[in-house]
Amino acid sequence: MDLFEYQGKQLFARHGIPVPSGEVAETPAEARAAAERIGGKVVVKAQVQVGGRGKAGGIKLAENPDEAEARAGEILGMDIKGHTVHRVWIEAASEIVKEYYASVTFDRGEKKPLVMLSAMGGVDIEDVAHNNPDALAKLHVDPLTGFQQHHARWLVYTAKIDEGAQKGVVAILEKLYQAFIELDATLVEINPLIWTKSGDVVALDAKVSLDGNAMFRHPDYTELRESVTDDPQEKMAHDRGVTYVKLDGDVGILGNGAGLVMSTLDVVALAGGRPANFLDAGGGSKADEVVTALEVLLSDPKVKSLLVNIFGGITRCDEVANGLLTALDQTKATLPIVVRLDGTNEEEGRKIIAERAPSNVVVEKTMLSAAERAVELAKGA
Amino acid sequence: MSIWVDENTKLVVQGITGREGAFHAGRNKAYGTHVVAGVTPGKQGQDVDGIPVFNTVRDAVDETGANTAMVFVPPRFATDAVYEALDSGVDLVVCITEGIPAHDMMRAYTHLKRSGQRLVGPNCPGIISPGKATVGIMPTQVFQPGRVGLVSRSGTLTYQISKELELVGIGQSTVVGIGGDPVVGTSFIDCLEAFEADPDTDLVVMVGEIGGNEEEKAAEYIAANMKTPVVGYIAGFQAPPGKQMGHAGAIITGSSGTAQAKKEALEAKGVAVGTNPTEVAQLVKERVG
Repeated sequence: MDLFEYQGKQLFARHGIPVPSGEVAETPAEARAAAERIGGKVVVKAQVQVGGRGKAGGIKLAENPDEAEARAGEILGMDIKGHTVHRVWIEAASEIVKEYYASVTFDRGEKKPLVMLSAMGGVDIEDVAHNNPDALAKLHVDPLTGFQQHHARWLVYTAKIDEGAQKGVVAILEKLYQAFIELDATLVEINPLIWTKSGDVVALDAKVSLDGNAMFRHPDYTELRESVTDDPQEKMAHDRGVTYVKLDGDVGILGNGAGLVMSTLDVVALAGGRPANFLDAGGGSKADEVVTALEVLLSDPKVKSLLVNIFGGITRCDEVANGLLTALDQTKATLPIVVRLDGTNEEEGRKIIAERAPSNVVVEKTMLSAAERAVELAKGA
Repeated sequence: MSIWVDENTKLVVQGITGREGAFHAGRNKAYGTHVVAGVTPGKQGQDVDGIPVFNTVRDAVDETGANTAMVFVPPRFATDAVYEALDSGVDLVVCITEGIPAHDMMRAYTHLKRSGQRLVGPNCPGIISPGKATVGIMPTQVFQPGRVGLVSRSGTLTYQISKELELVGIGQSTVVGIGGDPVVGTSFIDCLEAFEADPDTDLVVMVGEIGGNEEEKAAEYIAANMKTPVVGYIAGFQAPPGKQMGHAGAIITGSSGTAQAKKEALEAKGVAVGTNPTEVAQLVKERVG
């Protein structure tokens, strides 16, 4: 679960990491009011979850509240690499002496937190790692003993952080690791971490990703998540607890089990079609789950045909078939639907669909033939 | 033979009085697994389907000699249950629970590597050695005894591939669902190593998916250490970057963890990779049929 810069900065501030004072604005008038409260020069920053905002014109300096209002007017509603700007972050402009980079990530390969620090900040850190690997100090942390101050000192010396900034960077690294742990984050990144004219070390950007599985101990996650998706289907799926990812094709997919659904998308693509989504109705796929799933799929106007791909394990295919009939009856879906049932009691399940389902529903025996049929029907629709 | 789970398995089920725990403990027992105990704090003295319930795993192990634990405990309490099982000295812990925070698993994994025990999962369907024993939630009717090992990050996809194997007349020595989380106790390599050492496994099917680099590491391992042939399958070619595809671990981060990269890594080391589950079964058939 990726956060916007403003959300990350608000969390940083709560964890004692210095950030420039700032406010969120959703209209030019709010931007002006924010600039008035902050005082002096401000920076107006587009809030989108995509890199290269600056180059795309999404970050602008404003000398006074009038300019802040005007710049916000230009940036709000902009499209940056497919992301519409709904909010801007207005913050006090900083006087930068040096730009560094600091992060703590969850390293899947090593299964440990990885702390990274570089004196070359403000650029894509993957480029630094690739072209100038010695400039990036890296340290894996034993998650059972945690991050110690000597780790921070080693990183600061190894990354050749300027002497005057060393103390400030050590303090930030310790707080950043603490934030990573306390937030159940999978990433906390500051790029750039700046050393200012007044000698402070400040987080000028904030990239934070949180672990959705840890939501039970962070009630505030829900609020953060609500503001991150703009897509109507993804919003609906999220509200109803359906595991859904929107794609850009026209063959709607409903399956059970993440691996099987991913495989279904691939098979649809191999058959020459384009999947409209990933939707995992769960291992069981009971009637009410199927109703909810169908409602989400049918709300996407791009979907021309549906492929329902179920492997009956402990849940029997005849139960799934009955659930599907109830769901079809409730949603009154009229688009072509291809159903493929495999596994426990598959014959019974197929028979129920063949005999009792409306005429827009067809049964196919294998995953491959079902995918081909669904693709054909999407093209014909 | 088979790996990790067989007629010598003596299973204790943690969370046995819950709905899922009771249901699957009963199913495992019905398949022939020696389910010797259950654990739910505060419910010692009860029984579930004739299986005695204990307050602690330690008591269960002391009383029954259980050597394997299965965890059916909600995410909030599951890591504690895993530590409890490891501390009681069982050889193998199978954690079915989905939704354990990654930080908890990072710590548990570090502890596990020091204790030298085996953890399969979390967020996994378990292990079955067809005809011998099953520990987990897999639908046992889709597996037949045979000589092909199967290891997978996904549940239903494993069942699908087993079904395809059955259609070409091929059964399994052992099937391991290692789980769909970013941190799991047992890797592809651990399973490949065990299958390589098993005289009754003639070929291994490895079912991967997007996210992480465990498949790439497995490709290196296969080339360097395995005589047993391996057939691969990777799910998630259509997955967009940055989106979690159901499993917590199924996510492409930046440019790493793509299905294409994994397929290429395996093929570069001479591992045949099927484009769909049906083709996987055909590739297996060509090699051992």
